[in-house]
Amino acid sequence: MSNQLSATKIKSWLEVVKDPEIPVLSLNDLGVITSVHIDTNNKVTVEMTPTFAGCPAMDVMRSDVEDVLKEHGIEEFEVRISFDVQWNSNMISEKGRKALKSFGLAPPPQHDLIVDIDIIEHAQCPHCGSENTDMKTPFGPTLCRSMHYCNNCLNAFEQFKPI
Amino acid sequence: MNTEAIKELVYKMADDLLILGHRNSEWTGFGPLLEEDIAFSSMAQDKVGQSWQMYKILHELGDSEPDTVAFMRNANQFHNAQFVELPNGEYDFSLIRHFLFDSAALLRYQMLTESSYTPLANLTKKIKGEAKYHSMHAKIWMKQLGSATEESIQRLQNALDEAMPYALGLFEPSPYEAHLIKDKIFAGEEALQILWQKEVESIIEETQLILPDWNSLIPALGGRNGQHTEHLQPLLDEMSEVFKVDPSADW
Repeated sequence: MSNQLSATKIKSWLEVVKDPEIPVLSLNDLGVITSVHIDTNNKVTVEMTPTFAGCPAMDVMRSDVEDVLKEHGIEEFEVRISFDVQWNSNMISEKGRKALKSFGLAPPPQHDLIVDIDIIEHAQCPHCGSENTDMKTPFGPTLCRSMHYCNNCLNAFEQFKPI
Repeated sequence: MNTEAIKELVYKMADDLLILGHRNSEWTGFGPLLEEDIAFSSMAQDKVGQSWQMYKILHELGDSEPDTVAFMRNANQFHNAQFVELPNGEYDFSLIRHFLFDSAALLRYQMLTESSYTPLANLTKKIKGEAKYHSMHAKIWMKQLGSATEESIQRLQNALDEAMPYALGLFEPSPYEAHLIKDKIFAGEEALQILWQKEVESIIEETQLILPDWNSLIPALGGRNGQHTEHLQPLLDEMSEVFKVDPSADW
């Protein structure tokens, strides 16, 4: 087996690990798995980075990743969480953005890493696609969500915050 | 690297965040609007999480586990500014403190993204994005309520006058200022305070509030050395009550 082990293969195994708070979004698509490395002794190191410093789901994500590695017979591994690579919402993949939308969450607008009020206020309704929306509060039920209202279809909705 | 200087810097930042995070959490269930209740609760979670990441850096420098450091010290072992331990008061005082503290915190993190101490540079590159939301939230309300009704303006003015000497305590110089500056770990409290005063002035100018004369203010110092008001120990007792029932419990 060891001959066939590759970082790409391990990353594909990890596709089953989802964000515990957004179960349609894989950690790969969320962008929190920043690297997979296999050393000469076949020890696997998975590097992860938190979306928010206080994200309570991080420990669950780590143990879910560890479980997948064990299920595939990996004996020597380390799942490391650090800020060596700093997560931002542009790191969510195109597939991840579609998954968020179908889940009813507006994906975060792409930004140039300077997030200002005009970027935060701009949200497209995930239900009807209208941009005629108002931000109600930049804080929401989880650290990564803000709350908005659609003036077109008259639904409240949440957005994954641009950060 | 001057480890003692780094520890002093990280401890005061972490303790500010933990204590103000706890104060913010006291608004949960009591906010004047549902959105404000959620905002203060969410900022509490951010701040406590950020403090945990800083205690983790201290742990890697040889200190105890984050939970132990957070829950097992007494008031005189805390390095937070007295500003953050003051009771929430009414929403006016909480809002003024939120504005003054988070403006300073965001500027501090922006400065530290350049730090020669990589763990702190990496962490602040991350949390400055979170702090931006906090600062932005405070500024929106300052601008709205600072120019709204006679009552809202008077309330904010009273809170501003009360808060300002304590806010200046955030910039109490460390015994290691010269080391931190020379080693490019941090550009120093004085440099930060200059930027902060400009920022505060620019927002207050957009309101009908009047800034006290900076030179007439006497900063509330001592917090960085463990000298606190009578409000900190009761906060710590409440915050650590559950942890202390069984410090070895696995959550």
